[in-house]
Amino acid sequence: MPLSRDQIAKRIAQEVEDGFTVNLGIGIPTLVANFVPPNLSVMLQSENGILGVGPFPRESEVDPDLINAGKQTVTTLKGASFFSSADSFAMIRGGHIDLTILGAMEVDEEGNIANWMVPGKMIKGMGGAMDLVAGAKKVIVAMQHADKEGQSKLRKKCSLPLTGKKCINKVVTDLGVIEITPQGFVLIEHAPDVTPQEVLSKTEGKMTISPECRPMRLD
Amino acid sequence: MANKVFTDATAALNDVFDGATLVVGGFGLCGIPENSIQALLDKGVKGLTCVSNNAGVDEWGLGLLLKTRQIKKMVSSYVGENALFEQLYMKGELEVEFVPQGTLAERIRAGGAGIPAFYTPTGVGTPVADGKETRMIDGREYVLERGIKGDFALVKAWKGDTFGNLIFRKSARNFNPMAATAGRVTIAEVEELVPAGELDPDQIHTPGVYVQRIFQGRDYQKRIEQKTLSK
Repeated sequence: MPLSRDQIAKRIAQEVEDGFTVNLGIGIPTLVANFVPPNLSVMLQSENGILGVGPFPRESEVDPDLINAGKQTVTTLKGASFFSSADSFAMIRGGHIDLTILGAMEVDEEGNIANWMVPGKMIKGMGGAMDLVAGAKKVIVAMQHADKEGQSKLRKKCSLPLTGKKCINKVVTDLGVIEITPQGFVLIEHAPDVTPQEVLSKTEGKMTISPECRPMRLD
Repeated sequence: MANKVFTDATAALNDVFDGATLVVGGFGLCGIPENSIQALLDKGVKGLTCVSNNAGVDEWGLGLLLKTRQIKKMVSSYVGENALFEQLYMKGELEVEFVPQGTLAERIRAGGAGIPAFYTPTGVGTPVADGKETRMIDGREYVLERGIKGDFALVKAWKGDTFGNLIFRKSARNFNPMAATAGRVTIAEVEELVPAGELDPDQIHTPGVYVQRIFQGRDYQKRIEQKTLSK
């Protein structure tokens, strides 16, 4: 069985280290916050201008002046701070964010990512994604291995207009964990019920199976 | 001290003209200049270029001015919450310049700070860099982006004083401080206007030198786009 969205988020949470400042994109990345072990001290950054984002509010705590980058109402944690969007992106571009996790339509062997526009279709805009992939110390993509038509989203070369060039470090999909290396995709973990060969057969780009490749641990 | 205080939005925005470029604060519907947008609606000025991270929703924020076709062009990073926007854009009735959010923030900041252009790593190798100058610096490629200035800047703060000093609240700060610096005329609306001297100088986010006009807004709705509660 391929991983559920929650399981992908759970696996990515293992990449979060104590003391990290992390920016989470919309979708599966948002779920990662639910699986970060409570004993780790982690600050979540929201690019509209919050460091130290807390859980969603109770009804009595709802404040229209306090929303995250997904425009959802949030709370703040102890040690939080507010700042302008210019300061926020100085933080992002300046390499002060340890990790960003975001979704993608396609990634490729070179570590390129496309996640904002499909030619001929309505463009909603890139938001902060281009700044995040250009500036965060580590970029992890959370996505399904294949699109709705069953086409591999891990491509030899991205066919869609890029969001960023040579910027992705790792991809976690419903089938496995893939590192981007100078030799292309390297499968380092596979979903418990999926064989490495199966992941390979469902990947368009060049992929090798790491000699240390093991089943993902999800408990 | 020159008098910067206006009675309301209608008075403060009296000379906004057709075809003006407006730099507008706010993120989503958070921290938007509600009173000033209503005044533009009442005034009926047309052909506006709005530099704003988002374009509101169908019935609120800058979405109101899209509905009346008062906006000719949007300079934004994300417009996904607005169905009318999509319609106008696809029909070619609305011009849009998509700018990465951090680049937009910095372009406005630069415009207000006398920096005509700057190099950024954001957008290199993407359609955003098409036709722009690029340069290798210390082994990395950067793209040249221009600063932005507006004929007017419309900002919303929590508290302000009669000199134009502003204090924002929580994440309603967002694009407002940069926008305030980038207007040839900056118009600030505040929830509470106090006499100069009442705000602690150590707590001011935007010094009054950037603000030419200020008024106390009224009837703030502060709509929430995605009210999300803990389970």
